Amino acid sequence: MRTLAHHTAAELAELAPRAPLLHIDGVTKTFPGVKALDDVSLEVRAGEVHALLGENGAGKSTLMKVLAGNHQADRGQIHLEGEPIRVSGPHEAKHLGIVLIHQELSLAPEMTVAENIFLGSLPRRALGFVDFRKLYADAGRILDRLGCRFAASDKVETLSIANRQMVEIGRALVFTPKIVVFDEPTASLTDAEKVVLFDVIRSLQDENVGIVYISHRMDEIFTLSDRITVLRDGAVRGTLETARTNEDEVTRLMIGRALEPRSHARAREPGPVALEVKGLSCADLFRDVSFSVRAGEVVGMYGLIGAGRTEIAETIFGLRAPDAGEIRRDGEVVSITSPPDAIAHGIALAPESRKEQGLVLGMSCRDNMSLSQLGEVSRVGWLDRSAEQAIYDRYAVRLSLKSPSWRTPVVNLSGGNQQKVVLGKWLGTAPKVLIIDEPTRGIDVGSKAEIHGLIRELAAAGMAVLMISSEMPEVLGVSDRILALYHGRLAAEFDADSVTEDALVQAISGL
Amino acid sequence: MTKSPLRHLSRIPPIWMILIACVAFFSVFADSFFAIGNFTNILIQTSTIGLIALGMTVVMINGNIDLSVGAVVALAASLAVGLQADLGIVPAVLVGLGAGVALGFLNGMVVWKTGVDAFIVTLGAMMGVRGLVFLYTGEQSFFSMNFAYADFGMSSIAGVPTLAWVFLALTVIMHVVMTRTTHGRNAYAVGGNREAAENAGIRVGRHMVANFMLVGFFAALAGITLSTQMGASTPNLGTNYELWVITAVVLGGTKLTGGVGTILGTLGGVLTIGVLRNGMNLMQVPAFYVLVVMGAILIAVLLVDARVNRRVAGEVKL
Repeated sequence: MRTLAHHTAAELAELAPRAPLLHIDGVTKTFPGVKALDDVSLEVRAGEVHALLGENGAGKSTLMKVLAGNHQADRGQIHLEGEPIRVSGPHEAKHLGIVLIHQELSLAPEMTVAENIFLGSLPRRALGFVDFRKLYADAGRILDRLGCRFAASDKVETLSIANRQMVEIGRALVFTPKIVVFDEPTASLTDAEKVVLFDVIRSLQDENVGIVYISHRMDEIFTLSDRITVLRDGAVRGTLETARTNEDEVTRLMIGRALEPRSHARAREPGPVALEVKGLSCADLFRDVSFSVRAGEVVGMYGLIGAGRTEIAETIFGLRAPDAGEIRRDGEVVSITSPPDAIAHGIALAPESRKEQGLVLGMSCRDNMSLSQLGEVSRVGWLDRSAEQAIYDRYAVRLSLKSPSWRTPVVNLSGGNQQKVVLGKWLGTAPKVLIIDEPTRGIDVGSKAEIHGLIRELAAAGMAVLMISSEMPEVLGVSDRILALYHGRLAAEFDADSVTEDALVQAISGL
Repeated sequence: MTKSPLRHLSRIPPIWMILIACVAFFSVFADSFFAIGNFTNILIQTSTIGLIALGMTVVMINGNIDLSVGAVVALAASLAVGLQADLGIVPAVLVGLGAGVALGFLNGMVVWKTGVDAFIVTLGAMMGVRGLVFLYTGEQSFFSMNFAYADFGMSSIAGVPTLAWVFLALTVIMHVVMTRTTHGRNAYAVGGNREAAENAGIRVGRHMVANFMLVGFFAALAGITLSTQMGASTPNLGTNYELWVITAVVLGGTKLTGGVGTILGTLGGVLTIGVLRNGMNLMQVPAFYVLVVMGAILIAVLLVDARVNRRVAGEVKL
């Protein structure tokens, strides 16, 4: 088998077409108190896209960390091109040809694209001087190969998120990779950008690179992958041929039960208008936006990233000052210049990125929940711990929060449960208007349905909900009405029952 | 996982282990170390750094820092001693404290309104205030002509020096503030995730200004208590105190990045520095060895802390 390693990937594919390029064999990894991986085996063939699915905490990232050498397996063996390998660290993994493309980009924004691509392996001349000519020439070639239209000398901070992702992928191509792992690569990409990414993945496939593709998004997995492996609770629940399976089967494997059909208990009779926005404008972010949300109604706001959705929410919540327009609560014009004003007027905002904007990660679940209402659980600045505990107890039950205890730091919870803590934090303030931005971003399928159910419940209890989302099924499934945004303007308004997917897509694309 | 003993272990600031080890070591090897008289001595010696550290802990939990505390020590001491002939002791002391609070307000407002890093703002304040002190004093030391002032510095209540009581009482108060009040909770939230704190409706700017005023008050108080011990003030008073204070606070487990820290940890850090200085002094170790040992312990504590944190994090983060 030793000689095999000397062949290029292409030759190898001819010798043994679709032979397993990577073979993870019976890997077990235990952390104190948790079996993160239990006898996991996985095969990736050359030129294959192998999707890895599982809820958060199922063991996907642990498995990939073992593969990249961030963790050492307790038991089991990894074979690359038939040879057993020991990966002692990310550097080693890179030289073996195993590259991870992380969900959180790890680029130096102040440096140029080329410098970032070759970070840690800059071409050198004598005496350790950087060979800049070679650097930019090589980087340019990599960008061409990826079909990128920006220059190698551009600074990374000037690039869009999608283009930064391309730089990260470019990094992988420096060492002719054999295995490339994509971890949720489309989390912050627009549809057009996804198309480019998929093209890149397919071209890697043509070069017989083995691809591991981790994602929550079923549609992507079914478009891209050849096979799907599902992990649950640290063990492989099945490996399926994509062509011979369907979403239901995969979901069942993933959550261990069938997903209940989306309950769609729409409010029969929405109440009076709770929030009304008239002619709201802010710089070049959005212009002349007017809409209303009634009590007991979920209004979906749909549009591409950059269409101004989040900025509108932030303006209503007092985080941005509008240039023009007015905001009415229960029919009365209100002046909101800061979040405390918004809270006083019964408005709550569950922000787009929970970790960056919604939670103090190192704090316990209880303390995070009471953070928005410290005034209510204290007297002259003195905290009443039993009142805080009461808030936690109440909303942990109501939201069926799964947390080992009230004192668990939220950083240790899954995305779905973190979102519940954010919701709990706001429900305590008894808001009349809830703005929820990307309620299920990065949340696994099982918890998604739960969060959707909660949003409907809140509306049924009389809350006015404005839900911002870039996921079509979510907008269609949860909202009563849908506002389509295009380039900072309200392009159209639809009734969720009668709108078609085509009409929505056209509205947000400015057609 | 929740039952793991490591969790509870990690909640006790590791500095207390080192403190206990130091006390045990000096009790055996330094002759006159283990005595009530010496312990009260240590308490007085540490109370100056300790008082400032109480305020610094809160500011650092906020994710900020205040480098101007040493200069404020000199400013408050000079004002309190220099003005007492004209104004009387109590008004002069109040002016000294007021100056500290006012400077804290200024630091805080600049940090809040301009968004410039607290490190830079207070570095400027540190130099500027020290210059003002030299201008005001004309590079002269001031001596208190009223013996009541120095007497206070030497007085004791129930056998324990008054200044030690002041420090211990304020430590308890600050501990309660940080664990049981909304102000304390806000401090952790703002340092842990400023954006989330803002979104939760906390008035972050005002909160930070209040804490700069708090550390200004503590620094001024430390300067005044120090001057009562000497019955005098010098324009160089408090030089390098900011470094000792930050060392004590960091030894106590407070993170420079904010969001993490405890008053009890800071107390441990302050006492460890006091015990080391005192014990090595009694063993007649030259002063520069004390610096070497202190530096080594600082780094050792941070290493242990990083280890424990990594293990606790790795345990649950899959």
